[in-house]
Amino acid sequence: MFKKICSGTAVAVLMLHSVGACAASPGSDNAFNPALSLILSGTYGSLQQDPAIPATGFAMNPNSGHEQSFNLGESELGIAADIDPLFRGIATISLASAGGVSVENAFVQTSSLGNGLNLKFGRIFSGLGYLNEQHSHTWDFVDQPLVYAVLWGDQLKEDGIQLKWLAPTDMFIEVGGELGKGSNFPGAVRAKNGNGEGVLFAHFGDDIGIEQSWRAGVSLHQTHAVDRLSSSIPAAGIVSNSFSGDSQTGGLDFVWKYSPNGNFYERYLKVQGEYFQRKESGSLTYDAAGLSTAGTATGSYSVTQSGWYVQSVYQFTPNWRTGLRYDRLDPGIASLGVSLTGKVISDYAFNPSRLTWMTDYNASEFSRIRLQLAHDNSRQGLPDNQVLVQYIVSMGAHGAHQY
Amino acid sequence: MQKILWTLFLLLLTSNAHAALNVFACEPEWAALTQQLAGDKASIYTATGPLQDPHQVQARPSLIAKARSAQLLVCTGAELEIGWMPVVLRESTNSKIQPGSPGNFEAAKYVTMLEVPTRLDRADGDVHAAGNPHIQTDARNFLPVAEALSQRLIQLDPANAVFYQQRFTAFNQQWRAAIAKWEKQAAPLKGISIIVQHKGFPYLNNWLGLHEVAELEPKPGMEPSAAWLGKVLNGLQQYPARMVIRAAYQDGRPSEWIAERAHVPAVVVPFTVGGTPQANDLFAMFDDTIQRLLAGLK
Repeated sequence: MFKKICSGTAVAVLMLHSVGACAASPGSDNAFNPALSLILSGTYGSLQQDPAIPATGFAMNPNSGHEQSFNLGESELGIAADIDPLFRGIATISLASAGGVSVENAFVQTSSLGNGLNLKFGRIFSGLGYLNEQHSHTWDFVDQPLVYAVLWGDQLKEDGIQLKWLAPTDMFIEVGGELGKGSNFPGAVRAKNGNGEGVLFAHFGDDIGIEQSWRAGVSLHQTHAVDRLSSSIPAAGIVSNSFSGDSQTGGLDFVWKYSPNGNFYERYLKVQGEYFQRKESGSLTYDAAGLSTAGTATGSYSVTQSGWYVQSVYQFTPNWRTGLRYDRLDPGIASLGVSLTGKVISDYAFNPSRLTWMTDYNASEFSRIRLQLAHDNSRQGLPDNQVLVQYIVSMGAHGAHQY
Repeated sequence: MQKILWTLFLLLLTSNAHAALNVFACEPEWAALTQQLAGDKASIYTATGPLQDPHQVQARPSLIAKARSAQLLVCTGAELEIGWMPVVLRESTNSKIQPGSPGNFEAAKYVTMLEVPTRLDRADGDVHAAGNPHIQTDARNFLPVAEALSQRLIQLDPANAVFYQQRFTAFNQQWRAAIAKWEKQAAPLKGISIIVQHKGFPYLNNWLGLHEVAELEPKPGMEPSAAWLGKVLNGLQQYPARMVIRAAYQDGRPSEWIAERAHVPAVVVPFTVGGTPQANDLFAMFDDTIQRLLAGLK
């Protein structure tokens, strides 16, 4: 009824060429209160090697692997709404295909603290690097780069607090810091008060004319792991190792986007790269459970691991994109205490690498079907040619994407 | 040394704090209108280029930085910027320009929206709940928008109220005269059947009396497929059209394909200020649009 009166007034208003009090219907984001979204995804995988085998030299790191045959991926339920004039709440609930519900993200963000300050608290993706904050449904490849897989378990998420400051400059300059519990790799669950990890990052970005834009960043991460368990060192059978010590990671990230006339709908080219280096030093307990014949041994352990990737995605028509990525890791040379010699490998003399190609078809911005081929040389002597097919669809409210 | 650094830091902080009102215009037509109404009292940043599809813009770092110091945001609204503006607004942390604040101006709120969907279903393509957002193709829409924008400028910068009032009065007069001129020029276009590439022209059609018989996009925002274009071509035998119209930012191939086979001209209209070399301000945008449409009749 209101609408009818309203449009009638508006016609009269138009004829008089004057402004009326007739307002359009309220903005749509609030019409869904809260805004609900559901992401569905699934893969078909064909691999030549057992996905449980970790990258050479990274047996004590997470191994995200791939699934063979047909698989339902994570179904992601997103809920977001303004809580009040001060706060906005965002939750992403992940429904695992095997059953089980986990909270991927759940945080409160200040809406307009002003002065460039932005505060988030709850469970967040850390702001380090470029890809870390991006949800899996926006990834340009089926999987994360190897360096993210082994150093961050695909993505560093933390229970904590993040404060960012955006400088009042024409150029984009943002600095941020995070404090968190530090229970996820490279940290470990521990019973202790206070702060378990810290992150510092800075991002810079700008346009170059109307066709190009870029963002670059530096990040630092620090945590102290206590009894961080990891299983399986292939050479010595299945054993559990436990590491306690300091972990420091530095990273550089860069992304550049180009589009003729800046018209992203038709065509664009995106080039990005990131590098991370992690130094860990402390003590390692080999075979913490005492399962092997060699027996438990504890000694000092320090290593510097690093990795990088470069990738490029080209959208050549509004519906089709293709991309290429090269990944490389360096497991470093570990310095071992005497008691660990002969039990833990110090120098693998091998750099895991992978070359990945993908193409995807996007019927609209709400659906994507992707084919990905990879030559995975991340496991010494076990080259793997991988074929992955993936679908990702999004239903309901579709939030704006980050850069 | 420390003193120098401190001074540099302060300079950095105050680099945006000159007297002019900082305006963040989402599209070039609103930058042009603000320019008409505010003159040198506003420092205007335009977020999108004239050859960009305004639905699909990246939430670029530069946009976030510019939004941080904006005092007034001038956008179309009606969900046109929904794919990027929410991120820019959130990351800018600028309370002055958040939705509902005086610094957040949405032009679509001041005009009668057309094509408000009766059913909301993404199977219908890229539909906007508030109606078709391409309001800038009807010159008459600029009158209520200009009046509201002028009032908003006065509200935000009361010290220059008289100036804004004068600018609006002058613009209002010139624009009404221009509308009368355009309507007279465009008289031969009345009742002409047209094909459009994207459903971007209901306001233009409504204004000039153009009759839209087909769209080249099967659903709004979906790429024309060869099969669909063939269907459109067949349909034209029953409902012939005089020309096929597209916005300057759109890929020309579907239009050219149909134009060649249906033996009708493909007409490119600027769609926004800067869309064509001739459309270098708001007045020229409509001058050029009408000239190009009239040329299509010949």
